[in-house]
Amino acid sequence: MDAALLLLVDGRFPAGGHAYSAGVEAAAAVGDVVDTPTLERYLLGRIATTGRVDAAFAANSCARLQCATDADALAVLVANLDEEYSARTPSPYLRHTSRRLGRQLLRAVTRIWTTPAIGAVSAVAGGAHQPIALGAAVAAAGGDANDATALSFHHLTAAVTSAAVRLLGLDPIELAVVQERVGRRCDGFRSDATEWASMAPADLPAWGGSLTEILGEHHGSLDARMFVA
Amino acid sequence: MSPPHGPHGLFQNDVRPAARPPSVDRALRIGVGGPVGSGKTTLVGSLCRLLRDELSLVVVTNDIFTSEDAQALRSAAALPADRIVAVETGCCPHTAIRDDIAANLDAVEQVESLHHRVDVTFVESGGDNLTAIFSQGLVDVQIFVIDTAGGDDVPRKGGPGVALADLLVINKVDLAPYVAADVDLMLSDATARRDGRPVMRSSLVDPEGAGEIADWIRHSLEHWRTGE
Ligand SMILES: Nc1nc2c(ncn2[C@@H]2O[C@H](COP(=O)(O)OP(=O)(O)OP(=O)(O)O)[C@@H](O)[C@H]2O)c(=O)[nH]1
Ligand SMILES: [Mg+2]
Repeated sequence: MDAALLLLVDGRFPAGGHAYSAGVEAAAAVGDVVDTPTLERYLLGRIATTGRVDAAFAANSCARLQCATDADALAVLVANLDEEYSARTPSPYLRHTSRRLGRQLLRAVTRIWTTPAIGAVSAVAGGAHQPIALGAAVAAAGGDANDATALSFHHLTAAVTSAAVRLLGLDPIELAVVQERVGRRCDGFRSDATEWASMAPADLPAWGGSLTEILGEHHGSLDARMFVA
Repeated sequence: MSPPHGPHGLFQNDVRPAARPPSVDRALRIGVGGPVGSGKTTLVGSLCRLLRDELSLVVVTNDIFTSEDAQALRSAAALPADRIVAVETGCCPHTAIRDDIAANLDAVEQVESLHHRVDVTFVESGGDNLTAIFSQGLVDVQIFVIDTAGGDDVPRKGGPGVALADLLVINKVDLAPYVAADVDLMLSDATARRDGRPVMRSSLVDPEGAGEIADWIRHSLEHWRTGE
């Protein structure tokens, strides 16, 4: 893998990911996640639902934004992706968070790469949704839809496990074992990446997790929290 | 923040804080860091009260678990509520101000853009340990606040905050007699660690206790604007 892509894989890339628990903080607060087995079930639930939607949007953005022929076509596509992703994220708080994470990713990415696609996603009012920003960034770094899918799943898995280490003090080695096991499941979903890459945004998957959205809203109302979501 | 060594060699003693590059037109961003409970929020509150009539101020707080600090500043009415915002740090106060400053920069830029011509933005770090330091990508100058009651050996222990912050504040000197702390020793140990950078003592139970620090900020702002 090229150095440029590795930069985006690394959790130390300064894009604000360290303050994102992918719902683990709220799930722990209500007692749904208490130990390593419950965390693994939570993670499997996420990757099969909203995780796959995020991966699909990252793949689609990565592949299609770089094919847009001119600035107008690019703006239309970005607006379309934005609308479709919003429609798949019922929780206002999670939409807000997704835009915030996208904005933070693009802050660093625009200092490194200046492609038309990066310019177009950076222009989204309030910030592009995170998976769309990620797709554009992966393309700028020379990656393809398959890479974007892998990165999207990797960031979700890493956010969930590292938040659990910090919030619950779970054993990081045991969690690395979980991450490897769940990672193989993610690799299985990646066979869809080629199909996701060529779809119209409206046709992208819309697997939802009601609990994800409810926990997201719950997180937004917690008066004591350490993570943004 | 001033570099530990000047451009001309190891012991070039250039302790002047940052001047604004001509291409940059924005507020002076001041980091306020230091151990848990050393008086960062109290100091920011005092400074806001001393400076708000002459300067346009905003504050970003980094709360570890609640929005306690932002709440405290709002209820103390140090500034109007829309000039104070809180950032969540995901358990890691130093990560948010040093390694991955994305969330803080985002908050700083948002709050600065909401108000006309902000002069000074304070960024309060979550309480942390002696190794925490603000990134130069986030703030232009930084103040490190230590607590007299936290042990008078802290300046001797050093660390980046104590050694390199543009201003070191030894706070709560009013408590020295109760905890058998030697403030003069703290001052001389700190001075020895800091290669000429300023050290000030304060007691914030006195509403004017941050007066000298406010003067330092006026001076830093002048320097930021004119480069002199
Ligand atoms: N006696 C005395 N108490 C002080 C002084 N400055 C602050 N305090 C008190 O010290 C306590 C902690 O002050 P804060 O300003 O909340 O400290 P902080 O550094 O912001 O704390 P964290 O954000 O939790 O790390 C409060 O009860 C303050 O009233 C001082 O100069 N003298
Ligand atoms: Mg505080």
